[in-house]
Amino acid sequence: MKDRPMPFSASPATASSPALLEVRGLRRHFPVGGDFLGRATQSVKAVDGVDFSILKGEALGLVGESGCGKTTLGRNVVRLDTPTEGEILFEGIDIANLGEYALRPFRREIQIIFQNPMSSLNPRMTVGNMLMEPLRLHRIGDHASCQRRVHELLDLVGLKSEHHDRYPHEFSGGQRQRIGIARALALNPKLIVCDEPVSALDVSIQSQIINLLMDLQDELGLSYLFISHDLSVVEHMCDRVAVMYLGRIVEIAPTEDLYRRRLHPYTNALLSAVPVPDPTVQSEEIILEGGVPSPINPPPGCHFSTRCPFVTEACTSRTPELVERHPGHWVRCIRIDEIT
Amino acid sequence: MMPTGPVPTTARPASGDPAPSGVLAEETGRTVLTVRGLTTELRVEGGPIRAVEDVSFDLRVGETLGIVGESGCGKSMTALSIMGLLPRPIGKIVAGSIMLEDVGDLAQLSEARMKAVRGDDVSMIFQEPMTSLNPVFTVGFQICEAIQAHRPVRGVVARAKAIDMLELVGIPLPELRFNSYPHQLSGGMRQRVMIAMALACEPKIMLADEPTTALDVTIQAQILNLMNRLKRETGTSIVLITHDLGVIAKMAQRVLVMYAGVVVEDAAVRDLFARPLHPYTVGLLKSMPSANRRTGPKQRLHTIPGVVPSLNALPRGCRYSDRCPDVHDRCRQTEPPLAAPDSTGDAQAARKVRCWLHCKT
Repeated sequence: MKDRPMPFSASPATASSPALLEVRGLRRHFPVGGDFLGRATQSVKAVDGVDFSILKGEALGLVGESGCGKTTLGRNVVRLDTPTEGEILFEGIDIANLGEYALRPFRREIQIIFQNPMSSLNPRMTVGNMLMEPLRLHRIGDHASCQRRVHELLDLVGLKSEHHDRYPHEFSGGQRQRIGIARALALNPKLIVCDEPVSALDVSIQSQIINLLMDLQDELGLSYLFISHDLSVVEHMCDRVAVMYLGRIVEIAPTEDLYRRRLHPYTNALLSAVPVPDPTVQSEEIILEGGVPSPINPPPGCHFSTRCPFVTEACTSRTPELVERHPGHWVRCIRIDEIT
Repeated sequence: MMPTGPVPTTARPASGDPAPSGVLAEETGRTVLTVRGLTTELRVEGGPIRAVEDVSFDLRVGETLGIVGESGCGKSMTALSIMGLLPRPIGKIVAGSIMLEDVGDLAQLSEARMKAVRGDDVSMIFQEPMTSLNPVFTVGFQICEAIQAHRPVRGVVARAKAIDMLELVGIPLPELRFNSYPHQLSGGMRQRVMIAMALACEPKIMLADEPTTALDVTIQAQILNLMNRLKRETGTSIVLITHDLGVIAKMAQRVLVMYAGVVVEDAAVRDLFARPLHPYTVGLLKSMPSANRRTGPKQRLHTIPGVVPSLNALPRGCRYSDRCPDVHDRCRQTEPPLAAPDSTGDAQAARKVRCWLHCKT
């Protein structure tokens, strides 16, 4: 598996700089069903062989429809879940199979922000205590310095010191997301997995949070794995974008490159389906038939073959590999030469 | 309560700019729904709040009217008021009229009469089809139930009609799917079932409250195209409620922008996107990431400062005054009326805006 070509980085120039995170051949299969002895008979292949890397200070967007495995992938990178197979190299060290104790130093480096801030914040803890908790758990500084850090964090995410003693229900959705961000920042992480951080927010609040995330990235040199189904948010925020379909990355490229010349038929359909907020534009929509197939029995060969307008017999018999079509622009399709 | 104004029945001039894509030929200009001064109160702890205040609009045959706004702006409450489905006992229409062609004022109807109208003349689809479908009955049974509630058909006739409806909304193998339970269908399929049920009695109006918000973009595109096709085929007018300006641009011919319970702007969709007048509409359009394509990625997005005010603590004067970049003294004193803007050039397209900047008198 090691000698397989890998979608490492945007261009040859940056290829030399070491990746902060490198994911190789990651699989996560969930056993389901069961025979009369309770042994699993089938498995949901939520993540089915994913390779990518994130450089220091880079934001990688991960887009795809619900059920494509993007959240599972994110949870595995943060190691809230353990992959079935594959490697997760953080600064060169494989954390994919580390135990809870060995993981502890990495917990400080990799943090996560969830979609729904209300369900990810403890309703019975004040904001101050919530931000204090990670500092206490990791035994960082004395009480006074922790207090200073909490106020520093509140300031960093645009909350006021007076918010310190309030409970989550006293805040609006946007403010709650700010608390979630502050909590993720408490331990000075290098990588933050953002799992749909703005999807539950209104447009005017969404732009505030996007600005905050971009400012923090500049100030603190953070790297993001930015998971979203909103393609325009990803286009705006990310340096590179990976498109996922049924457990696999089908295309990964620098943002501008991907949105200008999308290669994979799925990426094409996905981008053309986004309604353009301009009534004078008549977008050429590619309407895909049907829905995403079940990840229990994904179609053989190319997973997209059941909905692809360019499908041939070969597509269902051979699993395509990611190939580099342009510098840094990788695509997984065997007919890519014919259809582009 | 009587309608406060005459019902404008004049069609938009057929000459002028050609109909853009999405505008349909059978837009005859006949008005099916006339809402005037609709005001809805919710009696909550700490006194009643006005969730909807003085909302007026006309819906023409074959037209899609978009209502756009952020959460809590009153767009769903407007739809529930029309449907007579306000939360009981706290919700109540306190003023205004909802005149439906051939039926009368929905705000005055008795619950029994409203029951006959609901699902027959007006129907509604919701954001999450799983919560609006009954999990213990097959989808076929539920569509039949909707038909039998309003039409004197039974048995195989109702069944045949239900299968026709499933076929109409593009469900493959409709005879087989007739016997499926909601949990056996995907989100997109469930929303198709909801649409089939809503259209089963050929209503005059379908209210769609965030019909695609819970769906993926490729499925959203399917459902939006389906709604446009059905509108063309059945002539049902649609009130489409959404927070997504992209969906509005694709679907609607006319748009109401709501903020904190009131309509702040009312315009034809092309005018609204080409030249938004109300500072809130301007801010909303500018803060979308896709609107920043020209400024380039990784630039800071435009933001509207602050949050939507709570309905029991509205600022004095204009409701948007504490977030508005163009606020001046008058805005903080008196609330502006929803009126035609002073600026010329909009004479042919009736548009209204609730802002002192555009209404000097």
